[in-house]
Amino acid sequence: MTNNFLFEKDLAAKKIHVVREFSAPVEKVWKAWTDPDILEKWWGPKPWIAKTKSMDFTVGGTWQYFMEGPEGQKHWCYVTFIAIEDGSRFAADSAFSDENGNITPGAPVGHWDNKFIASGDKTKVLVDLTFDSETSIKMLVEMGFEGGFTMGLNQLEELLASE
Amino acid sequence: MLKKPEKTFYKKFAQLNGCCYICNHLVANYMRRDVFRAIAYPSPRAYPVSYSGHGPNALAEHFDSARQAVSKYIMILTECEVVTQKQFNPEKMEEADIWLERFRKMWENRFDQLDSLLKDL
Repeated sequence: MTNNFLFEKDLAAKKIHVVREFSAPVEKVWKAWTDPDILEKWWGPKPWIAKTKSMDFTVGGTWQYFMEGPEGQKHWCYVTFIAIEDGSRFAADSAFSDENGNITPGAPVGHWDNKFIASGDKTKVLVDLTFDSETSIKMLVEMGFEGGFTMGLNQLEELLASE
Repeated sequence: MLKKPEKTFYKKFAQLNGCCYICNHLVANYMRRDVFRAIAYPSPRAYPVSYSGHGPNALAEHFDSARQAVSKYIMILTECEVVTQKQFNPEKMEEADIWLERFRKMWENRFDQLDSLLKDL
Protein backbone atom coordinates (compact mmCIF):
# COMPACT_ATOMS: atom_id res chain seq x y z
CA MET A 1 0.00 0.00 0.00
CA THR A 2 1.21 3.46 -0.81
CA ASN A 3 -1.25 5.45 1.22
CA ASN A 4 1.07 5.77 4.24
CA PHE A 5 -1.47 4.58 6.72
CA LEU A 6 -0.31 5.11 10.26
CA PHE A 7 -2.15 4.03 13.37
CA GLU A 8 -0.59 4.84 16.71
CA LYS A 9 -2.07 4.21 20.09
CA ASP A 10 -1.21 5.68 23.40
CA LEU A 11 -3.38 3.86 25.89
CA ALA A 12 -2.01 5.72 28.86
CA ALA A 13 -3.09 8.98 27.31
CA LYS A 14 -6.29 7.37 25.93
CA LYS A 15 -5.30 8.64 22.56
CA ILE A 16 -5.24 7.31 19.02
CA HIS A 17 -3.32 8.98 16.26
CA VAL A 18 -4.17 8.11 12.67
CA VAL A 19 -2.47 9.40 9.55
CA ARG A 20 -3.55 8.62 6.02
CA GLU A 21 -2.66 10.01 2.64
CA PHE A 22 -5.24 10.40 -0.11
CA SER A 23 -4.63 10.82 -3.82
CA ALA A 24 -6.80 13.86 -4.16
CA PRO A 25 -6.38 17.59 -3.62
CA VAL A 26 -7.15 18.93 -0.18
CA GLU A 27 -10.36 20.67 -1.30
CA LYS A 28 -11.87 17.36 -2.34
CA VAL A 29 -10.78 15.53 0.78
CA TRP A 30 -12.06 18.33 2.98
CA LYS A 31 -15.40 18.17 1.19
CA ALA A 32 -15.61 14.41 1.66
CA TRP A 33 -15.22 14.89 5.42
CA THR A 34 -17.57 17.81 5.83
CA ASP A 35 -20.33 17.40 3.26
CA PRO A 36 -22.92 15.01 4.72
CA ASP A 37 -23.92 13.64 1.31
CA ILE A 38 -20.38 12.43 0.68
CA LEU A 39 -19.52 11.72 4.29
CA GLU A 40 -22.24 9.15 4.76
CA LYS A 41 -21.06 7.26 1.71
CA TRP A 42 -17.80 6.26 3.37
CA TRP A 43 -18.11 6.87 7.11
CA GLY A 44 -19.78 3.56 7.86
CA PRO A 45 -17.33 0.68 7.68
CA LYS A 46 -18.96 -1.94 5.48
CA PRO A 47 -21.48 -3.40 5.87
CA TRP A 48 -22.55 -0.57 8.15
CA ILE A 49 -24.02 2.51 6.53
CA ALA A 50 -24.04 5.98 7.99
CA LYS A 51 -27.27 7.91 7.52
CA THR A 52 -27.60 11.58 8.35
CA LYS A 53 -30.58 13.06 10.12
CA SER A 54 -29.17 16.56 10.18
CA MET A 55 -25.85 18.29 9.82
CA ASP A 56 -24.84 21.84 10.52
CA PHE A 57 -21.15 22.21 9.85
CA THR A 58 -20.53 25.34 11.87
CA VAL A 59 -18.86 25.85 15.23
CA GLY A 60 -21.42 24.74 17.80
CA GLY A 61 -23.40 22.97 15.10
CA THR A 62 -24.11 19.25 15.16
CA TRP A 63 -24.14 16.19 12.98
CA GLN A 64 -26.83 13.74 13.99
CA TYR A 65 -26.61 10.42 12.25
CA PHE A 66 -26.98 6.73 12.78
CA MET A 67 -25.06 3.70 11.71
CA GLU A 68 -27.28 1.07 10.22
CA GLY A 69 -26.15 -2.52 10.43
CA PRO A 70 -26.86 -5.36 8.03
CA GLU A 71 -29.69 -6.59 10.24
CA GLY A 72 -31.26 -3.19 10.58
CA GLN A 73 -29.54 -2.31 13.87
CA LYS A 74 -29.27 1.40 14.45
CA HIS A 75 -26.73 3.23 16.54
CA TRP A 76 -27.33 6.93 16.81
CA CYS A 77 -24.45 9.33 17.11
CA TYR A 78 -24.34 12.94 18.13
CA VAL A 79 -21.42 15.04 16.98
CA THR A 80 -20.80 18.62 18.02
CA PHE A 81 -18.34 20.72 16.05
CA ILE A 82 -16.18 22.71 18.38
CA ALA A 83 -13.62 24.26 16.05
CA ILE A 84 -13.39 24.79 12.31
CA GLU A 85 -10.50 26.22 10.34
CA ASP A 86 -11.89 26.12 6.86
CA GLY A 87 -10.08 23.70 4.59
CA SER A 88 -7.40 22.70 7.07
CA ARG A 89 -8.74 21.54 10.45
CA PHE A 90 -11.82 20.76 12.44
CA ALA A 91 -12.44 19.44 15.92
CA ALA A 92 -15.53 17.72 17.21
CA ASP A 93 -16.94 15.83 20.19
CA SER A 94 -18.70 12.61 19.36
CA ALA A 95 -21.04 10.57 21.54
CA PHE A 96 -23.70 7.92 21.25
CA SER A 97 -27.25 9.15 21.62
CA ASP A 98 -30.85 8.31 20.97
CA GLU A 99 -32.62 9.45 17.83
CA ASN A 100 -33.56 12.74 19.46
CA GLY A 101 -29.98 13.64 20.18
CA ASN A 102 -30.05 12.80 23.88
CA ILE A 103 -26.55 11.64 24.78
CA THR A 104 -26.49 8.10 26.15
CA PRO A 105 -25.39 8.28 29.79
CA GLY A 106 -22.12 6.48 30.43
CA ALA A 107 -21.42 5.99 26.75
CA PRO A 108 -17.99 6.83 25.40
CA VAL A 109 -17.25 10.36 24.32
CA GLY A 110 -14.55 10.85 21.73
CA HIS A 111 -12.77 14.10 21.01
CA TRP A 112 -11.66 14.49 17.43
CA ASP A 113 -9.06 16.76 16.00
CA ASN A 114 -8.65 16.35 12.25
CA LYS A 115 -6.02 18.15 10.24
CA PHE A 116 -5.78 18.31 6.44
CA ILE A 117 -2.42 18.98 4.88
CA ALA A 118 -1.94 19.45 1.15
CA SER A 119 1.14 18.00 -0.48
CA GLY A 120 1.01 18.52 -4.22
CA ASP A 121 -2.05 16.78 -5.60
CA LYS A 122 -2.24 14.61 -2.51
CA THR A 123 -3.64 15.24 0.91
CA LYS A 124 -2.48 14.01 4.25
CA VAL A 125 -5.09 13.68 6.95
CA LEU A 126 -4.07 13.58 10.59
CA VAL A 127 -6.63 12.38 13.08
CA ASP A 128 -6.18 12.74 16.82
CA LEU A 129 -8.81 10.93 18.76
CA THR A 130 -8.92 11.21 22.53
CA PHE A 131 -11.29 9.30 24.77
CA ASP A 132 -12.67 10.11 28.17
CA SER A 133 -11.95 6.68 29.57
CA GLU A 134 -10.01 3.54 28.80
CA THR A 135 -13.11 1.48 28.21
CA SER A 136 -14.36 3.93 25.61
CA ILE A 137 -12.46 2.42 22.74
CA LYS A 138 -13.80 -1.02 23.48
CA MET A 139 -17.33 0.27 23.88
CA LEU A 140 -17.11 2.22 20.67
CA VAL A 141 -16.13 -0.84 18.69
CA GLU A 142 -18.65 -3.04 20.50
CA MET A 143 -21.58 -0.74 20.12
CA GLY A 144 -20.97 0.39 16.62
CA PHE A 145 -19.66 -2.52 14.75
CA GLU A 146 -20.42 -5.80 16.38
CA GLY A 147 -21.53 -8.58 14.12
CA GLY A 148 -20.88 -6.96 10.83
CA PHE A 149 -17.23 -6.57 11.36
CA THR A 150 -15.92 -9.77 9.89
CA MET A 151 -17.99 -9.13 6.85
CA GLY A 152 -16.39 -5.73 6.52
CA LEU A 153 -12.96 -7.28 6.55
CA ASN A 154 -13.87 -9.71 3.83
CA GLN A 155 -15.07 -6.90 1.68
CA LEU A 156 -11.84 -5.09 2.28
CA GLU A 157 -9.91 -8.10 1.13
CA GLU A 158 -12.00 -8.35 -2.01
CA LEU A 159 -11.43 -4.72 -2.68
CA LEU A 160 -7.70 -5.08 -2.26
CA ALA A 161 -7.59 -8.17 -4.44
CA SER A 162 -9.40 -6.44 -7.27
CA GLU A 163 -6.96 -3.56 -7.36
CA MET B 1 7.55 -3.87 72.38
CA LEU B 2 8.18 -5.44 69.04
CA LYS B 3 7.64 -9.09 68.57
CA LYS B 4 9.06 -11.23 65.90
CA PRO B 5 6.61 -13.29 63.99
CA GLU B 6 6.59 -16.96 64.71
CA LYS B 7 8.59 -19.27 62.60
CA THR B 8 5.55 -20.67 60.93
CA PHE B 9 4.88 -17.23 59.57
CA TYR B 10 8.13 -17.26 57.65
CA LYS B 11 7.59 -20.77 56.55
CA LYS B 12 4.14 -20.10 55.32
CA PHE B 13 5.06 -17.00 53.41
CA ALA B 14 8.26 -18.45 52.08
CA GLN B 15 6.10 -20.88 50.20
CA LEU B 16 4.46 -18.06 48.34
CA ASN B 17 6.63 -16.94 45.53
CA GLY B 18 7.69 -13.36 45.75
CA CYS B 19 6.29 -12.71 49.19
CA CYS B 20 7.77 -10.44 51.76
CA TYR B 21 6.94 -8.94 55.08
CA ILE B 22 5.78 -5.52 55.74
CA CYS B 23 6.28 -4.28 59.24
CA ASN B 24 3.42 -2.70 60.98
CA HIS B 25 5.48 -0.33 63.03
CA LEU B 26 7.64 0.87 60.18
CA VAL B 27 5.38 3.70 59.27
CA ALA B 28 5.50 5.24 62.71
CA ASN B 29 9.12 4.60 63.61
CA TYR B 30 11.17 4.00 60.53
CA MET B 31 10.08 6.28 57.74
CA ARG B 32 13.35 5.92 55.98
CA ARG B 33 14.73 4.02 53.08
CA ASP B 34 16.64 1.43 54.97
CA VAL B 35 16.08 -2.06 53.75
CA PHE B 36 17.62 -3.59 56.85
CA ARG B 37 15.18 -1.80 59.08
CA ALA B 38 12.40 -2.83 56.80
CA ILE B 39 13.13 -6.49 57.21
CA ALA B 40 14.78 -6.60 60.64
CA TYR B 41 11.76 -5.85 62.76
CA PRO B 42 8.81 -7.68 61.44
CA SER B 43 5.72 -7.18 63.50
CA PRO B 44 3.26 -9.94 64.28
CA ARG B 45 1.12 -8.53 61.59
CA ALA B 46 2.69 -9.33 58.27
CA TYR B 47 1.44 -8.90 54.78
CA PRO B 48 2.47 -11.00 51.87
CA VAL B 49 2.81 -9.04 48.69
CA SER B 50 2.79 -11.27 45.72
CA TYR B 51 4.14 -10.20 42.40
CA SER B 52 1.06 -11.44 40.67
CA GLY B 53 -0.57 -8.16 41.36
CA HIS B 54 -2.53 -8.00 44.59
CA GLY B 55 -3.14 -4.34 44.98
CA PRO B 56 -3.49 -2.52 48.30
CA ASN B 57 -7.26 -3.01 48.19
CA ALA B 58 -7.10 -6.76 47.99
CA LEU B 59 -4.42 -6.93 50.66
CA ALA B 60 -6.30 -4.67 52.99
CA GLU B 61 -9.39 -6.79 52.66
CA HIS B 62 -7.47 -9.98 53.16
CA PHE B 63 -5.65 -8.82 56.27
CA ASP B 64 -8.38 -6.68 57.70
CA SER B 65 -6.31 -3.52 57.59
CA ALA B 66 -6.88 -0.06 56.30
CA ARG B 67 -6.04 0.32 52.63
CA GLN B 68 -4.09 3.44 53.43
CA ALA B 69 -1.88 1.55 55.89
CA VAL B 70 -1.15 -1.16 53.35
CA SER B 71 -0.36 1.43 50.70
CA LYS B 72 2.09 3.07 53.08
CA TYR B 73 3.89 -0.20 53.76
CA ILE B 74 4.14 -0.94 50.09
CA MET B 75 5.47 2.52 49.50
CA ILE B 76 8.18 2.07 52.12
CA LEU B 77 9.13 -1.34 50.85
CA THR B 78 9.25 -0.01 47.34
CA GLU B 79 11.57 2.75 48.48
CA CYS B 80 13.73 0.12 50.15
CA GLU B 81 13.53 -1.83 46.93
CA VAL B 82 12.34 -4.84 48.89
CA VAL B 83 9.45 -4.99 46.51
CA THR B 84 9.09 -3.80 43.00
CA GLN B 85 5.70 -2.67 41.95
CA LYS B 86 4.88 -3.88 38.54
CA GLN B 87 1.39 -3.02 37.52
CA PHE B 88 1.26 -5.26 34.57
CA ASN B 89 -1.89 -7.05 33.63
CA PRO B 90 -1.33 -9.14 30.51
CA GLU B 91 -4.99 -10.01 30.05
CA LYS B 92 -5.95 -6.39 30.05
CA MET B 93 -3.25 -5.46 27.61
CA GLU B 94 -4.21 -8.25 25.30
CA GLU B 95 -7.84 -7.28 25.37
CA ALA B 96 -7.02 -3.67 24.65
CA ASP B 97 -4.84 -4.76 21.76
CA ILE B 98 -7.60 -6.84 20.22
CA TRP B 99 -10.03 -3.96 20.36
CA LEU B 100 -7.51 -1.51 19.04
CA GLU B 101 -6.66 -3.81 16.19
CA ARG B 102 -10.32 -3.99 15.26
CA PHE B 103 -10.55 -0.26 15.54
CA ARG B 104 -7.57 0.07 13.24
CA LYS B 105 -9.12 -2.27 10.67
CA MET B 106 -12.29 -0.27 10.86
CA TRP B 107 -10.39 2.84 9.94
CA GLU B 108 -8.60 1.09 7.14
CA ASN B 109 -11.92 -0.02 5.75
CA ARG B 110 -13.36 3.44 6.06
CA PHE B 111 -10.43 5.07 4.31
CA ASP B 112 -10.45 2.56 1.49
CA GLN B 113 -14.04 3.51 0.84
CA LEU B 114 -13.10 7.14 0.85
CA ASP B 115 -10.32 6.40 -1.65
CA SER B 116 -12.68 5.02 -4.24
CA LEU B 117 -15.11 7.83 -3.61
CA LEU B 118 -12.49 10.51 -4.14
CA LYS B 119 -11.72 9.12 -7.57
CA ASP B 120 -15.24 9.93 -8.69
CA LEU B 121 -15.53 13.34 -7.12
